[in-house]
Amino acid sequence: MTTTESTLDRPASPPAFQPVSGARKTKNLVATVLVGLAFLVAVVPLVWLLITVVAKGFTALLSADWWTHSLKGVLPEEFTGGVYHAIIGTLLQTLVCALIAVPVGVLAAIYLVEYGRGRLARTTTFMVDILSGVPSIVAALFVFALWIGTFGLGQSAFAVSLSLVLLMLPVVVRSTEEMLRLVPQELREASYALGVPKWKTIVKIVLPTALSGVVTGVMLAMARVMGETAPVLVLVGYSKSINFNIFDGNMTSLPLLIYTELTNPLPAGQLRVWGAALTLIILIMLFNLVATVVSRFSAIKTK
Amino acid sequence: MIGAMTEDSGQSGGRAGVRRPGDSIFRALTTGSGLAIVIAIGLIGIFLLIKAVPSLVADKANFLFSPDFITTDPTNLKFGIRDLFVVTVLSSLVALVIAMPIALGIALFLTHYAPARLSRPFAYIVDLLAAVPSIVFGLWGAQVLGPTLEPFETWLNKVFGWFPLFANGNIPLAGAGTIFTVGVVLAVMLLPIITSVTREVFRQTPVMQIEGALALGATKWEMLRTTVLPFGRSGYIAASMLGLGRALGETVAVLIILHASPKPSGFSLFDGGYTFASKIASAASEFSQPLPTGAYIAAGLVLFVLTFIVNAAARSVAGGKVHK
Amino acid sequence: MKMKRHGAALGIVAAGALLLTACGSDNNTQSGGSTGGSTTTAAGAKPDCGGKKSLKSSGSTAQANAMSRFVSKYNAECDGYNLDYTGNGSGAGINEFLAKQTDFAGSDSALSASKGEVDKAKTRCDGNPAWNLPTVFGPIAITYNIPGVSELALDGPTLAKIFSGQITNWNDAAIKKLNPSASLPDLKIAVVYRSDESGTTDNFQQYLTAAGGGAWTKGAGKVFAGGVGSGGSKNDGVATILKQTSGGIAYVEWSFALNSKLATASIATTEGGTPVKVSAETVGKAIDAAKFKNESGNDLALDLSSIHGSKVAGAYPIVLATYEVVCSKYSDADTGKAVKAFLTVAINDGQTGLDANGYVPLPSKLKDKLSAAVKAIS
Repeated sequence: MTTTESTLDRPASPPAFQPVSGARKTKNLVATVLVGLAFLVAVVPLVWLLITVVAKGFTALLSADWWTHSLKGVLPEEFTGGVYHAIIGTLLQTLVCALIAVPVGVLAAIYLVEYGRGRLARTTTFMVDILSGVPSIVAALFVFALWIGTFGLGQSAFAVSLSLVLLMLPVVVRSTEEMLRLVPQELREASYALGVPKWKTIVKIVLPTALSGVVTGVMLAMARVMGETAPVLVLVGYSKSINFNIFDGNMTSLPLLIYTELTNPLPAGQLRVWGAALTLIILIMLFNLVATVVSRFSAIKTK
Repeated sequence: MIGAMTEDSGQSGGRAGVRRPGDSIFRALTTGSGLAIVIAIGLIGIFLLIKAVPSLVADKANFLFSPDFITTDPTNLKFGIRDLFVVTVLSSLVALVIAMPIALGIALFLTHYAPARLSRPFAYIVDLLAAVPSIVFGLWGAQVLGPTLEPFETWLNKVFGWFPLFANGNIPLAGAGTIFTVGVVLAVMLLPIITSVTREVFRQTPVMQIEGALALGATKWEMLRTTVLPFGRSGYIAASMLGLGRALGETVAVLIILHASPKPSGFSLFDGGYTFASKIASAASEFSQPLPTGAYIAAGLVLFVLTFIVNAAARSVAGGKVHK
Repeated sequence: MKMKRHGAALGIVAAGALLLTACGSDNNTQSGGSTGGSTTTAAGAKPDCGGKKSLKSSGSTAQANAMSRFVSKYNAECDGYNLDYTGNGSGAGINEFLAKQTDFAGSDSALSASKGEVDKAKTRCDGNPAWNLPTVFGPIAITYNIPGVSELALDGPTLAKIFSGQITNWNDAAIKKLNPSASLPDLKIAVVYRSDESGTTDNFQQYLTAAGGGAWTKGAGKVFAGGVGSGGSKNDGVATILKQTSGGIAYVEWSFALNSKLATASIATTEGGTPVKVSAETVGKAIDAAKFKNESGNDLALDLSSIHGSKVAGAYPIVLATYEVVCSKYSDADTGKAVKAFLTVAINDGQTGLDANGYVPLPSKLKDKLSAAVKAIS
């Protein structure tokens, strides 16, 4: 195949890929099978888990009291009462956390995208990455050391929210940053050309354009912090009744309820454990779902 | 990155002389928020240190090399992080060894094998794993998975017992509340984290390269090996490091699954014990006296430093490719 | 347009949240109240309801379930009065009581003079001494998992040797001697202990010290010191491990033994005699024979070694005693009145049904002493 051909007809280098041989086909097949298997391996524990939780917990969710009542006055062996107080607690703590984390996070992202240059900006991006890796128990310990250890304030839901802020911030910053970078440069330039100041351009043009993405990021971030158990173990007490005051008194969230009811060996306690687990999963999935829907229907048109 | 193009084009040119109070206020606000994050990290380190030092001074054991963690008597604190460190690192590494290849497979499956229409729902399914709270993973691991893995671990221990990692642990294997089981559960928890980042990086592979490889007659696998994998390698490694950071700090699942042991760790995967995080959480209800509490805060500080290093490493590996 | 869409989405979320807020209720009395009402007339002592509407207390998790029983009875008998109990650990309970954050504390151990708690409590109560009132008793069951063995008898010295690793096989001569008729297998003993700090561990080790006949040298304390076996977190962790461990033995609160369907061992007291199973009656015998640190007066701190080392025939000695730590006189008379009313309910009608949660109702002698003490609170 080589000797008779002139140097001109011969390819400059041998082709990168030889004709598909049996060995290559087999390799390809093996890769395909392995890759498919990997996906299945991920699905197995998920399905296994979900079936376990649903099978053990769904009967709890069928009662109307589950969604509308607290556990106040319910004896350990009674099947009555519900987790309303824990749902409220979870939502309140997450919401208060979002109230702090979202403005700071969005502003920090604006700083990184629109203003950031030099050493401070580099340090900030670096620290956002570090913050995203801070374990929840460390965030909880920090707030404990600051809030309870140094300021001498008592345990409260607000302390939990503060520690959740640390976990939520990096997620908000990152997702907002991504979205701001997607906003077409022409929009900014058109605004500047009309003599609009930079801050107004950002607030009135850039942010609204990126808003849907920001909202998505926030929802996902809230879903992430909702299931955190470590901060509530360290920073707030368990209560069986409804509490709307985040600054005072004990407030139960779903993870705390699960952790506490684990120490109740009776069938009613076990049902509450799994029921609350299922409720928490549903709640988190709802937030994820809303985030997906928001991003699906209002994505930035990049072209 | 696109960010490079967005640099202050508005302020260049002839408008430099115009003073706008709104601009400087807004700029100060945003810069302040960025600064707040930097300060927060600094505060975490400082406050943990402040609260840990008195206990470290009162510590009657070697903090780095003692396997004990006895804090019941404030006047006689004896605590060290040797075992916490060993158990934390071993369980996280097991998780990583299991999760990395699987996550790679899933990312490839989602980006290049799954039918386009199903790719998004499939991705959602994997992301669902991230929605399951860790306390549920813990219950599942202790009550369902552990007993299932017990025969397998017994077999590993019997056949490969000559290898230090598979040697007899410091707790009975019954129920399999071992580092190995914790590693498997952590692996499942890491899957969505590693996958979601890796997936995004793989998606960014230039289409030209992929089409080029295919045009040259490459099989699908060869195409992936020559274009997607080299392109996404650093992102994949960085994602795995992020996962490692998460595994190091996982708390409640480990607390529920891992059996405690009265004996020091022997570097076996069939050991029990505590990780930094689970040790702290196990004592959370006893945080009433400053000195014993400081011992746990010291452990938290070490964990913080550990995750700091891992995340910094992940960042330097990734360059600018990963944003999650 | 986009803004509007987000507005709508946010609106829906807000409306949902409002809806959720509007329909929630703390009121679960329809079921809980009826049982409380029926027993009110049965028992003698009626509480003198009044004083502070809402009391706060915190502390021992071991008595949390008993507390929720007491509270539901208190709600039923004293309409409009409530108590919030937080199970956050004895240490935290004492600290919060001393810092005046709570009205009384629940604790697994009496105030310690050596730690200065007695003096601090006196300061907190404005010069009046604080009293330790043992109102809730939780037996600790010795549970085991030996295939094919449904009856097992043990005594203090044997337990001490098992939990310190001196006896390692179920066919050991010492165990055979206590169980002449059982066929004990050649099986390794796997000790399962509680790994978190707990009053259960503390009391169990105090028992081993008092009844072990010198075989237990590791002392007491909230952390298990035996040096063998594997540990589980809290009672549920211990119960889970024991169920999975063939050849296992563990100590757990009675309620966990009952509800997790674990086999429990009979225990012989130091005098020998017939080994007895844990029950309200056998534990009651041990408690009734208990001595107090001060035999006169209303501070009823127990001399625990008199229970653990009980020589009474047919008594079950391994018990966790938990206290309510109260001021003998509250400077705020309203608080004193309410605490008094609550404790009256607790030691009378509150005792009914306690055994369902794995506690032992107060035996009559102790109940009389407690009643006298509660009456003296002001």
